[in-house]
Amino acid sequence: MAEPLLQLTELTKHFPLKRRRVVVHAVDGISLSIGEHESLGLVGESGCGKSTAGRLVARLQEPTSGTVSYRGQDISHWSRRRMRPIRSEIQMIFQDPYASLNPRHTVGTIIGGPMEVNGLRPTERGIKELLEIVGLNPEHYNRFPHEFSGGQRQRIGVARALALKPRLIVADEPVSALDVSIQAQVVNLLQRLRREMGIAFLFIAHDLAVVRHFSQRVAVMYLGKIVEIGDRDSLYERPRHPYTHALLSAVPDPDPDTPRRERIRLAGDVPSPVNPPSGCRFRTRCWKARDRCALEEPPLVRLGGNAEGHLTACHFPEAPTTHGSDVVLDPALS
Amino acid sequence: MATVVLPETAEPTVTIGLSPGRIAWRRFKRNRTGVFCFFVSATFFIIAATAPLISLAYGKNAHERYGYRLLDASGYPPPPTGGMSPEFWLGIEPGLGRDVFMQLVFGIRTSLAIALIATVGLMLIGITVGIAAGYLGGRTDYWAGRVIDVLLAFPSQLMLIALVPVVDSMLVGPEEATPTWLRFATLCIVLTALGWAGSARILRSQVLSLREREFVEAAKVSGASPARIIFREILPNLWSPIIVLATWQLPILVGVEAGLGFLGVGLGPDVPDWGRMFLEGVQYYHLDFPYLLWPGLAMLIFIVCFNLMGDAIRDALDPKTKGL
Ligand SMILES: Nc1ncnc2c1ncn2[C@@H]1O[C@H](COP(=O)(O)OP(=O)(O)OP(=O)(O)O)[C@@H](O)[C@H]1O
Ligand SMILES: [Mg+2]
Repeated sequence: MAEPLLQLTELTKHFPLKRRRVVVHAVDGISLSIGEHESLGLVGESGCGKSTAGRLVARLQEPTSGTVSYRGQDISHWSRRRMRPIRSEIQMIFQDPYASLNPRHTVGTIIGGPMEVNGLRPTERGIKELLEIVGLNPEHYNRFPHEFSGGQRQRIGVARALALKPRLIVADEPVSALDVSIQAQVVNLLQRLRREMGIAFLFIAHDLAVVRHFSQRVAVMYLGKIVEIGDRDSLYERPRHPYTHALLSAVPDPDPDTPRRERIRLAGDVPSPVNPPSGCRFRTRCWKARDRCALEEPPLVRLGGNAEGHLTACHFPEAPTTHGSDVVLDPALS
Repeated sequence: MATVVLPETAEPTVTIGLSPGRIAWRRFKRNRTGVFCFFVSATFFIIAATAPLISLAYGKNAHERYGYRLLDASGYPPPPTGGMSPEFWLGIEPGLGRDVFMQLVFGIRTSLAIALIATVGLMLIGITVGIAAGYLGGRTDYWAGRVIDVLLAFPSQLMLIALVPVVDSMLVGPEEATPTWLRFATLCIVLTALGWAGSARILRSQVLSLREREFVEAAKVSGASPARIIFREILPNLWSPIIVLATWQLPILVGVEAGLGFLGVGLGPDVPDWGRMFLEGVQYYHLDFPYLLWPGLAMLIFIVCFNLMGDAIRDALDPKTKGL
């Protein structure tokens, strides 16, 4: 494959907490890549560092160590000025549609803002076109955010991200704050944009259901680390990490008549990222944990029986037959 | 008064395309007390601004001793009206025989001018320090915070009394008499210098929460400069607290300025001053009550109305008070 659009290498972000002289290990050495036009889903429970990872990619935060490379250039510590030429190429969609639009600006000003900053002259026609693309009435161009519903506001946020014709969009839980009935509409909109404009996505979500329809590849995060990453089908059909397995079992089944779906309830809470457990971070909640898990950190590797590109960090992985189907070995292996 | 309420005046509900500021203005206009108090307060400012014209129309000024010959042997105007007559609307000043109405009009002019200038000055400093501390954070925030702590901890009335002569003597040699304009400037400077801390602290906390909002991050992702973020994204969201703080500060400063006049560190005896009228009024009140009554009544009306107007503005700006 050609050079990926985005490559994260051992990316780490620690937040020192001054008062107690401790460090929050928000993101702890994650590596992944996103190809041109590709959508990667990043999934994990609340507080596991997904947003921090997204903000590192969007250069809203400086990494503690590791690199963010965009089209082969290491941009991890570039200044605002240096970022200028590629600023327009990486955009972001935010989680909270109520906080992400300035209540004092009209929709036109909000969408035109990024263009102005980048020396493009926002025209009324251009902005109306963008509104049309995201499925809003172009005549609402002079209205203020408070006149729109949550879903409409999120569409405005999408239009703002599109205004600069980005090649990569970091979408940080873009539908989590929306009504379930509206979530699908917004996901479909993003899906259409991805197909029609060839925009690559880092799509952050806290459950696997939303991501399934949107991303070709999925990475599962737990306490600042990637525990499993792989192609969608491989990961959903044959999850190897117990945590992925547990997350998948929490996904509501679209067909209520399938009776024999076990549900795994994870015991306890996520441990504090200030003092992550030694070895495998998931071991404190894992039903398969043994001594080795506390001593040795499992590397993120391709296990036997995994498809290519499907990496798992576990000493005692699940059998690759979780969903009842027979083991289908990767053709490349046989 | 109106006897019929026409249905179309009932409730303007069309808010399409209105900015939050315009909506707040509509809400304010619906608050009768607020609007009434707005007009009363505005009248005071109009009186202050047009004092020379009023003087022309009235036919007297604030310094000539028109009524001197009407005072009795011990210097009091004829009781019980304090010399009120068609010629002297609000009576005659005891001692000097100047016209009380003109004293009051020009006194209001002086007091409101000082209070207004000081309010603008301290809001400018408060906004600058608040934004700098809140947005830059770190050391700037730390030191700004310490200075604010010190200023807020000081008993500012005492500081004012102590500082006015000090600033005066820094600007004028000890032998020279202090010119009136200089004393005026001193008062404005001292009131500004001692008054900005409260606003700065409140605005800082506002900036602190605005800075973390996602629309600011969105601006950063588009590559916006810090200046653009401050002026285009944060400042427009500060107008509400700025207006509320300013309407809260101004009547306080009117009171403080009057207090200074009352304590004798205000302007000189030949400059009409609302506060000094109290000082003298209190001295003479048993024999000439109207001389205390008029400035007192005027100040009471002004401060109450201005505060009620401030409350109405706050209600209009705070969307939580009404569902919209
Ligand atoms: N600026 C910060 N300072 C200190 N700690 C932070 C900061 N930002 C995030 N954290 C901590 O880092 C950890 C990861 O936070 P992050 O927001 O990335 O999680 P998340 O996976 O996006 O969670 P959610 O699903 O709730 O959005 C959390 O424990 C959080 O408290
Ligand atoms: Mg998050």
